[in-house]
Amino acid sequence: MAESKLDLLKGTLDLMVLQTLATMGSQHGYGIARRIEQVSADKVLLNQGTIYAALVRLQQKGWITAEWGTSANNRRAKYYLITKSGRKQLAQDAAYWHRLSDVMGRVLAMQEEGGKR
Amino acid sequence: MKYRLQEAMNRLRAFLHKQPLDHELDVEMAAHLDFAIEENLRRGLLPDEARRQALVSFGGIEQAKEQHREARGLPALDILMQDLRYAFRTLRRDRAFTLLAVLILALGIGANITVFSVVNTMLLRPLPFQHSQELTWLAGNDGVGGLSDQSYRVDVYEEIARHTRSLYDVTAYVPYYDYSDFKLTGYGEPKPVSGVWVAGNFFQTLGIQPALGRLFIREECVKGGRPAVLLSHVFWQRQFAADPAIIGRALTLDKRAFTIVGVLPETFDFTAVFAPGLKMDFLTPIIFDDIRTYGHMLSIMGRLKPGVTAGQAQAEITLLLAQARGQNPDWDTDVKTVITGLKDHVSGNLRRSLIVLWCGVGLILLIVCVNLSNLFLARAAARSKEFAMRSALGAGRARLLSQLLTESLALSSAGVLLGLGFAVATTRYLAHQGSIALPLLSSVRVDGAALTWTLLIAAATTVLFGLVTGLGISGVNLQKALKDTGHGMSVGRKHERLRAALVVSEVALACVLLVGAGLLLRSFLRVLDVDLGFQPSRAAAIKVDYDDGGNRARRGAILQQILERVRAIPGVETAGMSDKLPLDRNRSWDLRAKGRTYPAGANDDAFVYVVTPGYFGALGMHLRDGREFSWQDTATSERVIIINQAAARRDWPGENPLGQVAQGIGDSDTRVIGVVSDVRESSVEETSSPEVYVPATQAQPDGENLVVRTKLPPEALASSVLMTLRALNPGQPATEFRPLRQLVDHAVSPRRFFVSLVTCFAALGLVLASLGIYGVISYSVARRTQEIGIRMALGATASQVQIGVIAKTLRLALLGLVLGTIASLALSRAVASLLYATESTDAAVFGAMILLLSTVALLAGYVPARRASRIDPMVALRTD
Repeated sequence: MAESKLDLLKGTLDLMVLQTLATMGSQHGYGIARRIEQVSADKVLLNQGTIYAALVRLQQKGWITAEWGTSANNRRAKYYLITKSGRKQLAQDAAYWHRLSDVMGRVLAMQEEGGKR
Repeated sequence: MKYRLQEAMNRLRAFLHKQPLDHELDVEMAAHLDFAIEENLRRGLLPDEARRQALVSFGGIEQAKEQHREARGLPALDILMQDLRYAFRTLRRDRAFTLLAVLILALGIGANITVFSVVNTMLLRPLPFQHSQELTWLAGNDGVGGLSDQSYRVDVYEEIARHTRSLYDVTAYVPYYDYSDFKLTGYGEPKPVSGVWVAGNFFQTLGIQPALGRLFIREECVKGGRPAVLLSHVFWQRQFAADPAIIGRALTLDKRAFTIVGVLPETFDFTAVFAPGLKMDFLTPIIFDDIRTYGHMLSIMGRLKPGVTAGQAQAEITLLLAQARGQNPDWDTDVKTVITGLKDHVSGNLRRSLIVLWCGVGLILLIVCVNLSNLFLARAAARSKEFAMRSALGAGRARLLSQLLTESLALSSAGVLLGLGFAVATTRYLAHQGSIALPLLSSVRVDGAALTWTLLIAAATTVLFGLVTGLGISGVNLQKALKDTGHGMSVGRKHERLRAALVVSEVALACVLLVGAGLLLRSFLRVLDVDLGFQPSRAAAIKVDYDDGGNRARRGAILQQILERVRAIPGVETAGMSDKLPLDRNRSWDLRAKGRTYPAGANDDAFVYVVTPGYFGALGMHLRDGREFSWQDTATSERVIIINQAAARRDWPGENPLGQVAQGIGDSDTRVIGVVSDVRESSVEETSSPEVYVPATQAQPDGENLVVRTKLPPEALASSVLMTLRALNPGQPATEFRPLRQLVDHAVSPRRFFVSLVTCFAALGLVLASLGIYGVISYSVARRTQEIGIRMALGATASQVQIGVIAKTLRLALLGLVLGTIASLALSRAVASLLYATESTDAAVFGAMILLLSTVALLAGYVPARRASRIDPMVALRTD
């Protein structure tokens, strides 16, 4: 049971990271984590550290690339950038999520209205 | 799909570059925290609070790292590496345990691979010829008797070859190898070389291609043709340094020029198949017309036509020969042909010995497994707290078991590797034992099949002792194990019972091995004790070359002169000559009492020795009656013979054979002038057949062996005898000076081979069993230290404690002995046919085995018993 939950979480986080990079351009790990927290209005409880597992996973699949750079306040950090195949994957996954949440929304709505209790 | 592959490659790369990636991650995370702290500071938090909040929102750093590693690398492999590292660390810590386990395993596995290689070579693997399962062996005289009985006349061979419809091809060779002992000249001093005569189609029938040059052609196989030889690969390398230009050159053998037409391939070893323990330098074609009138000269082999069975061939050939006998009344033994597979002929009589050997070594493996299980159990017991601790810290049972399996796998791999090395060394050693008369021994090696077998038994061993250990572990209750201090707790007791059962079975298995080895050893001693009818010690034989020009009178003078000169050598007691030696190559002629009528089909063969005066003394034989030959028995005097007691019994039963007239030896009648004791002529283990001795002045000897009896070690005379022979005949080749002992050793070498192996295994089994007993008893003593301490404090004496421990040992041993004796009694019948003059229930062997095992058990128990009796009650009660 614990595993399937982890899988879902993992998939979600990967998608969030991809989307963030697609909109923000080159960004370091902390920036991505903060951005996700801001966009979700701190509704997701994100252990920022877990973002690095997602980053290395995406990197190994070839959907993002990474290189060392210097931040505005002159700090060395690793910057991530979405690749072409990453965008393609993002489009696919986003479409899937929209369809899924659409279906889930309708199913759940049906339960609220027509549920016989 | 493309992504998958790329990902796998990336993961592998990450697995291999762990350190730089970890370092990079550390830097990256540090930067992350710095960014967070900076932002918090900007929001107006105090430095400490800014740092704390940054850490909180980051979450567990170690978990994040672990997740990162899992996401990027190969986690399963990481765990395996961890287990392996841990296994090596624990194994290194228990150095004594590891060494012992690896050594035991290596010995067991090594012995198994070695024996498998031998069994595979001699029994399982087909003979090294093309489609060798089609090759058959033809034996005359129903397959019994000496070479002369089982071999064929040229006419019979040609009859079969011409008319058979079941055999695709028939070929032959001359099995009397000393017919083909040659003197090689032209390469330094004259050298003795051995060759064998084969039919022209010998190689085609067996499916052998020459490594160099060509096979014999038709013109080389007919009377008056150009003499040709094919060299054996070994001889080509040794004598001609593997010179490829040797083809077409001449080789002078016995003063005749032969042309070297080819070199045989390395894979073809004539002696390994047909004459184990001998050497063969070249092969030359039989000229059938030359030996047509010599009687039984050929050993015959055939290749079955496709789809024809040996049984069908048997029926066809029997009918064919029976029909042909009408015109050829003297085809007596030839007609009684038995056809068997060639492989059966070569190694069929070894099958039982080999299977017994295989079983013996299998028993060793079982004992090894039992012993290792025992060792592992003892260790598992000692480590139960470690495992309880680990599982308390969150290790799952599967993880613990996989850790254990990794350890046993690491151990068994080490054992298998060492055992393999051991087996390669032993097989190499065995393959070079040229003097052991076992077929194909020279091609014994650890091959693919042996490696497969190794893997199989290694897997079986690992699973077997891994399982037993796992069984011991899985029953462990966490809390109990943590609390268990080893004093009478249930787990400890359960372990001990299991271990006791293992020891009992170990002793029982060792029993069976010891009984088997004991029976074979006793048989071997009986064989060595056999009265051979001659004295092999302090005597030696050398082949003598002389030239009498075919003149019998001249031959007598030459031989007499040689003997006189040799007898004058200091240290030589007496000397004599014979063309054949006992237990060497043989030949037989007919022997019949004149005037006596024999039933039809009666066996009238007798082994013939053409000898000089002095031969009986030189060989150490006893003249029972009458007189010996003298130089007065000449080509022109009355034809005389001396017979052995077996011949006297057969041909003159109830009569005094002295002065009687015999027929069949030579062209004319012969008079019996003496009776000598029986000599074991063809095998040490078979009783003697009728034997006839003929003076060298009255019959044509096949070469000449000079036998010298001396007070000194025979080797000491080698050079002086050769010098004396050279002085008389400069053409005397440097032939081998063979102690007669060597003939006996060669004859008993197969039995010696099997006995030594089985005895080694039994010794190994005994050592392993005693180790097992020692382990269990000393473990139980160590576990009971406190109990013994209390008993001693309450007044038990040291000797009472000792007796208690020893009694426990003997109880285990006794149980094992009883079970083992019962098993041995049941199984010993299987070796009955391998025994010589020994019953399979031989009381002495069983008694000795029981005595030996009990003594060893007593010793193995005494050491821990002594330790127990020295326990200081005060110390024992205070510890733990």
